[in-house]
Amino acid sequence: MNDDTPRVEALLPLPPATLHILMALAEEDRHGYAILQDVERRTHGEVRLSAATLYRSIQRMLEQGLLVETRERPAPEEDDERRRYYRITPFGKAVARAETRRLTELVRLARASGFVPRSA
Amino acid sequence: MRLYGVLLHLLPASFRAEYGAEMERIFARRLRDASGLAARLAVCAAEVPGVVAAAARVHGDILRADSRYTLRALRRSPGFAAAAIGIAAVGVGAVTAAFSITDHVLIRPLPFPDSDRLVHVWADPGRTGNSRAEPSLPNYQDWKRASDSFEAMAAYHPFAANLVGGNEPQRLQGIGVDADLLPLLGARPLLGRVFSAADTARGAPGTLLLSEGVWKVRFGADPSVVGRKVLLDERPFTVIGVMPHGFQFPSRDTEIWAPMQLSEDDAKDRTNAYFVVVARLKRGVSIERARSEMRVIGERLERAYPKENEKLGVSVFRLRDELSPQSRLLLVALLAAAVGVLLIACTNLANLLLARALSRRRELAVRTAMGAGRERLIRQLLTESLILAACGGVLGIALAVGVVPLIARLVPTALPIAEVPGVDLRMLGFASLLTAVTGIGFGVVPALRACSGANTDGLRDGERAGSDRRTERLRSGLVVVEVTASVALLIASGLLLRAVWRLQSVDPGFRADSVVTLRTALPLPRYEPTAERVRFYRRVLSDVREMPGVRGAAYISYLPMLMRGGIWGVTLEGRPEEPGGGNTASLRFVTPGFFETLRIPIRLGRDVAETDTHDAPFVAVVSDSFVRRNFPGENPLGRRFTFGFHDRTVVGVVGDIKVRGLEVSSEPQVYLSYQQADDGEIIGYVPKDLVVRTSGPPGRAVPAIRDIVRRVDAQIPLSDIRPLSEIVRAETAPRRVQAWVLVAFAGIAVLLAGAGIHGLLALTVSSRLREIGVRMAMGACPRDILRMVLRQAAVLAGAGVALGVLVAYAAGRAMQALLAGVSPGDAATFAAAVALSVATALLGSLLPALRAVRVDPMTVMRAE
Repeated sequence: MNDDTPRVEALLPLPPATLHILMALAEEDRHGYAILQDVERRTHGEVRLSAATLYRSIQRMLEQGLLVETRERPAPEEDDERRRYYRITPFGKAVARAETRRLTELVRLARASGFVPRSA
Repeated sequence: MRLYGVLLHLLPASFRAEYGAEMERIFARRLRDASGLAARLAVCAAEVPGVVAAAARVHGDILRADSRYTLRALRRSPGFAAAAIGIAAVGVGAVTAAFSITDHVLIRPLPFPDSDRLVHVWADPGRTGNSRAEPSLPNYQDWKRASDSFEAMAAYHPFAANLVGGNEPQRLQGIGVDADLLPLLGARPLLGRVFSAADTARGAPGTLLLSEGVWKVRFGADPSVVGRKVLLDERPFTVIGVMPHGFQFPSRDTEIWAPMQLSEDDAKDRTNAYFVVVARLKRGVSIERARSEMRVIGERLERAYPKENEKLGVSVFRLRDELSPQSRLLLVALLAAAVGVLLIACTNLANLLLARALSRRRELAVRTAMGAGRERLIRQLLTESLILAACGGVLGIALAVGVVPLIARLVPTALPIAEVPGVDLRMLGFASLLTAVTGIGFGVVPALRACSGANTDGLRDGERAGSDRRTERLRSGLVVVEVTASVALLIASGLLLRAVWRLQSVDPGFRADSVVTLRTALPLPRYEPTAERVRFYRRVLSDVREMPGVRGAAYISYLPMLMRGGIWGVTLEGRPEEPGGGNTASLRFVTPGFFETLRIPIRLGRDVAETDTHDAPFVAVVSDSFVRRNFPGENPLGRRFTFGFHDRTVVGVVGDIKVRGLEVSSEPQVYLSYQQADDGEIIGYVPKDLVVRTSGPPGRAVPAIRDIVRRVDAQIPLSDIRPLSEIVRAETAPRRVQAWVLVAFAGIAVLLAGAGIHGLLALTVSSRLREIGVRMAMGACPRDILRMVLRQAAVLAGAGVALGVLVAYAAGRAMQALLAGVSPGDAATFAAAVALSVATALLGSLLPALRAVRVDPMTVMRAE
């Protein structure tokens, strides 16, 4: 993992859409529309990515090695032949972790400066 | 939904192919899930900008990747990069330089507000509709009163005066204006104020406006100059203001503006015509309407003053159009030649890119095999050509900025514009556009050609990739275009060069070498009495003639070629006056020794002499053409004619000189004795130009002459010091500049065309190595191989030369007015240009041919 540290650092900070997509894929492989639905559900409808943003992000994430397209399909009754499924890579997980660490540190510093949200 | 599909075309094709269908599905599903129109609109509002933003980002990503790739690739082949950038720079630089001069002179509005409404109003003798003669004051005043087409009309007349004060007296060029002129032009002073009606009233105290240049140089940019008193020709003037930088009216050598000084004569005499009239058309009034109105006014004035205004029309021209057709043609020809250079540069660039693309077929094929689409490859190649063009463009702009001042001689002095066009957004924008067109236009064909079939052939056989027939035909076509353009440029520049040489060899009628000229303008009214002037000339001339190394010295009213006018009517004794004032001659006063100093041959009789005083009979020395016109077949000596207010007797005949310049015919010349004018009479023609022939370099005598003039009258400035040969050379200066620019263009064109032939043949030979090897193995001797390669060169060069000759002939006819009598089909020029092109083609094919001859059949066969 240490070998990857410079590569991980180079990608930080992540664009919000990228982190959302990584989160959506944390538990299971999903196709594009499922990713959008997951992001929406997780954020209670606050974040609605457009299809274009999604696929541009996915294209970049594939190039950066954060995702792969997977050949394993889900159970046939849920599958749609035309859909592509994406899976987070170990590198993608490392990047997501690093970004989380960065954000946590940022929040800690902000709180230490007295910026405490009124109602959590 | 359909709109979304269309919108997806903003995305690169590869991206669309990969994700388009899924995006459309998601969009459709979201629309379906949305209930109600508002919700659907909200979906659209979120998705549509998303596509646009994503498209911009994806394109940006690709551009960055392609640029990185291109820069890496170019670093690997620096020779190719340098050649391509250099070629693009030459093309863009040539056209940008030519455009910026042409735009400056021909296209751009003059630097006055609403300058398209500014016109000149001229007298039109003979009502030709296109002649431009200065009107008299009464005629101008009648035009102004009677016309309705103009918002304002104003007049001025050029003058020059000696400014005294400070260390050195100085000769300044200026115009006398009426109060309406500067407001009419929309001119505002930098300091102080412009003239009011009170300043221009007769008898008002003298007032003066300075140009920014005079203010800076002469007055050290002192802001308190306003209100200062100066002496102009020994009369007191008060400086009332300074005009801003860039205000140069009527021409860029104007240094001062003063109110017109009018005499009683000016107000009454309708033949005393030396005013220039400027007017501003009313808004919405066309120049045609102004012309027809002025025509009627002219006819009315002719009826009222049938004698003075006989056949005198009025002509109206836009200020912008006061440009000689020759100046215009010089610039247009220059621009056309520059476009030719650009065309050649572009074809060369295309060929270069094509060759490179072909040599990279294997690489392209590998990339295709790895999944890069054809569109991505084309895009990659286009990015490469655009980057090359952009580097070339930047270099080209630098080149143009450096070159423009060198060709500024092509900017005519007659326009109120700066000498050198500035570098501005307009020029940069033009150059950028040119660069983009170059990069795209000539990158796209090679890119398409290289990518067609890159997927299969390239991998199978890299060696033979270049031999694709169609590509070779295309490349041959490009080379033919290059040769055509280079031959046309060579011939055109050759013709212009011959025209310049012909003009330079025109005998001006005098010997200009070793003669220095200086102007000592005598201030009036002190020198109005003829006897005062005679004293001055005698003292100066006798001292100058005493100087060591001086072979001759004399004074004349105006030097030939500098002052082209001064044309007066001739009336012969006992013959009726010719209608329409057709019998004219140029009038000059001279001191004895003028003809000797300029080596103008005296054919008959004698020079004017010191004995031709005011009390003696008035004499004249006339030129050959005067005798031919007025006394054909007779002995002219002793004949009498009326000229310049007096009867004159011919005492001598001299050779003709080119008063009006080398390219036009001049009126016959009449020289009068400097002593034979009444006090204050024809005062504009008193001798001011001193000509001195020396044995050494003419410039060396100047300091001593300056001392002599100062000793005689310390108030008189020495100005316009220059060798006579320079005045003659200046006649052809714009043409020389243009011809040499064209020669430079042609040289570049020939080199590029030679390089083009070389590149093509080199590729052909290398792609046919195996064939050549086989032929040699079969017993072909080197001569056959040589013939095979050279035949290809000959076909290309032959086709190009044939087309080029046709183009050149057409171009030559179009610019016949510039050729000074050289035929547009001048055989020697054509032969030389064709020979040079053929030689270049041969030279270009030499290396490939040698390589072909040296092919070792065994090596080639073994490589199979």
